[in-house]
Amino acid sequence: MGYVPIKGGKAAIEAAEELVRYFRLRGGSAPLEVKQIQDQMRLAVDRVMGEGSLYAPFHAALALKQAEGDTIEASFLLRAYRSTLPRIGYSLVADTREMAVIRRISAAFKDIPGGQILGPTRDYSLRLLDFQLAEESLTHIREFMGKFIPGAIRGEKGGMGDVLPSFPKVVDMLRAEGLLETPNKTEEAEEIIDITRQPLTFPAPRAARMQVMARGETGGLMALAYSSMRGYGNIHPTLGELRVGYVPLRVHHRTRPDEVVTVGRVLVTEAEVIARMDAGEDGIPRFTLGYGLCFGHNEIKAISMAVLDRTMRTGSKEAPAEDEEFVLYHIDGIEASGFTAHWKLPHYVTFQSVLDRLRRAQLVGRNEEGSQ
Amino acid sequence: MREKKVQSGYNFAFLDEQSKKEIRRRMLKAVAIPGYQVPFASRELPIARGWGTGGLQLTMSLIGPEDILKVIDQGSDDVVNAVNIRKLLVLTTGVRTTEDTREATLIQTRHRIPEEPLEDWQILVFQVPYPEPLRRVEPSEVKTREMHAEADYSRLWVYLYEDIVRWGEITIGAQYPVMVNGRYVMDPSPIPRWDVPRLNMAETLYLFGAGREKRIYAVPPHTRVEPLQFTDYPFRVEDFRCKQCALCGSVDTYLDEIIDDTTGARRYICSDTAYCAKRRRLKEEAGENA
Repeated sequence: MGYVPIKGGKAAIEAAEELVRYFRLRGGSAPLEVKQIQDQMRLAVDRVMGEGSLYAPFHAALALKQAEGDTIEASFLLRAYRSTLPRIGYSLVADTREMAVIRRISAAFKDIPGGQILGPTRDYSLRLLDFQLAEESLTHIREFMGKFIPGAIRGEKGGMGDVLPSFPKVVDMLRAEGLLETPNKTEEAEEIIDITRQPLTFPAPRAARMQVMARGETGGLMALAYSSMRGYGNIHPTLGELRVGYVPLRVHHRTRPDEVVTVGRVLVTEAEVIARMDAGEDGIPRFTLGYGLCFGHNEIKAISMAVLDRTMRTGSKEAPAEDEEFVLYHIDGIEASGFTAHWKLPHYVTFQSVLDRLRRAQLVGRNEEGSQ
Repeated sequence: MREKKVQSGYNFAFLDEQSKKEIRRRMLKAVAIPGYQVPFASRELPIARGWGTGGLQLTMSLIGPEDILKVIDQGSDDVVNAVNIRKLLVLTTGVRTTEDTREATLIQTRHRIPEEPLEDWQILVFQVPYPEPLRRVEPSEVKTREMHAEADYSRLWVYLYEDIVRWGEITIGAQYPVMVNGRYVMDPSPIPRWDVPRLNMAETLYLFGAGREKRIYAVPPHTRVEPLQFTDYPFRVEDFRCKQCALCGSVDTYLDEIIDDTTGARRYICSDTAYCAKRRRLKEEAGENA
């Protein structure tokens, strides 16, 4: 048998898989429990659920374990798993006014009805490496929880007790005063397409844009949104409201269609960005709104999504973030990472073919040079 | 289709039946309009985007328990990606596989058409990275779809012309744009120019699947497929004159250029490894019988 490049497929793949397992385990530490990841890698789990487009904390945590913490790889595992699940139905439209809020802030107004609720955030913590965490033990955890929980139940710790509050929305106030654009009636009347069942075509309905962004890769969304904020675009956002909390999901009862049943609740992050004024159909200028909502606690993603929702509606396509094709085709982590990785596949045939063209073009070039 | 659970917990050929049905409908549309790109809601698979998920979804939607499957990448059955795709299909269907082109009912390929002629009972499924032949002149999907609708291919012709002006030659290597049925310009996937003539008036159904870009298109049997060319600058396939396969001696197959590890000498071997092996086997048998 002669020399054939990258051969021995099956055995090589199996050996590689074994090596992956070995590299994950060779440190000799105790195996990571999925529950630990689910509890203590909360934000990674949330990110994977969002980008994997499947609200399944256990599966997301398992995917993170399998992917050794690579969030894109973990999201990919979750997405592939999602393809095997039949679509049994759609929930009713959820109203985020019902959200049981754990965090809620507005950058537009100092005083909002219900007040600003900082909730679990690192925004104002000094980013100093906490070496005490290296020594964290069950005793420390019990000690902390023993002190924290009684206070929380008494309502002293920012309402983190059993009953979480819900609040009116900041943008509703602006809307009541006529300062904000009214919801687009044609948009509301549109049937909501499911981008996992119907292909995306352009111009894409807003509902499709929202779905693509909701499963978009956080870093990808952020880069494009940031480009607009920095100057490749002109929308000047103000964060009207950012809230994190649990939203109940309801469906029609399968056998008694008049009945509505709550099937559970999902943790979501919602961002509403107030942006540059625009003249409405009646010629009166009003603020415009960008909207972002994603699974889990992921503030950067929700804000980026809200900014991009607004930039894509500018009409002009002068900046990349304003071009819906540019944005929507390039923010999916699973698609982008898959294609980026595919360059590792052999390209002998195509390379041979361009080599043939290069040699030919060189020949033509040399002949021309020679004849001059 | 018969429900058969090979790998426990997964449907026959991985995808759920509604998804397969949707993909088969899109394929029928693609066959009805040769060369036209039909959008479909591509599913995520346990294989990464860009690694053959378009072709795979077509194969998964077409395959039945009686099919005999062949999977190749760069012409070879044994390179890692072909092995991987075959593994997934076998795991979820349990079908028989083969390396013999003449035996396979369903062939999934990346970057090649097998050397041996295909017949009307066979289907060749191509993996497609870029379904849009106009992408090299226009980045926007909205605009390229308009250009196709209006059969406006002038910018692509200008591109080819400018290529000749600049380099004295059309420099497109693989993935050479073709006109299908006199109507749609189509990207034949990154097959070498060598394979392009074999798309024309073929016996076999050619199906193209782009998973990431979410497009399906087809060249049905007996359809005209012509490479874009100028009368004074005709389309030319790769030049392998004075070269032959170092293993089977073939002078009429697409060759891979191999650089020897130690001597640095250049050798050529068939890119279609199954055909190369078959030729050697036949040669040996003929030798024994003589």
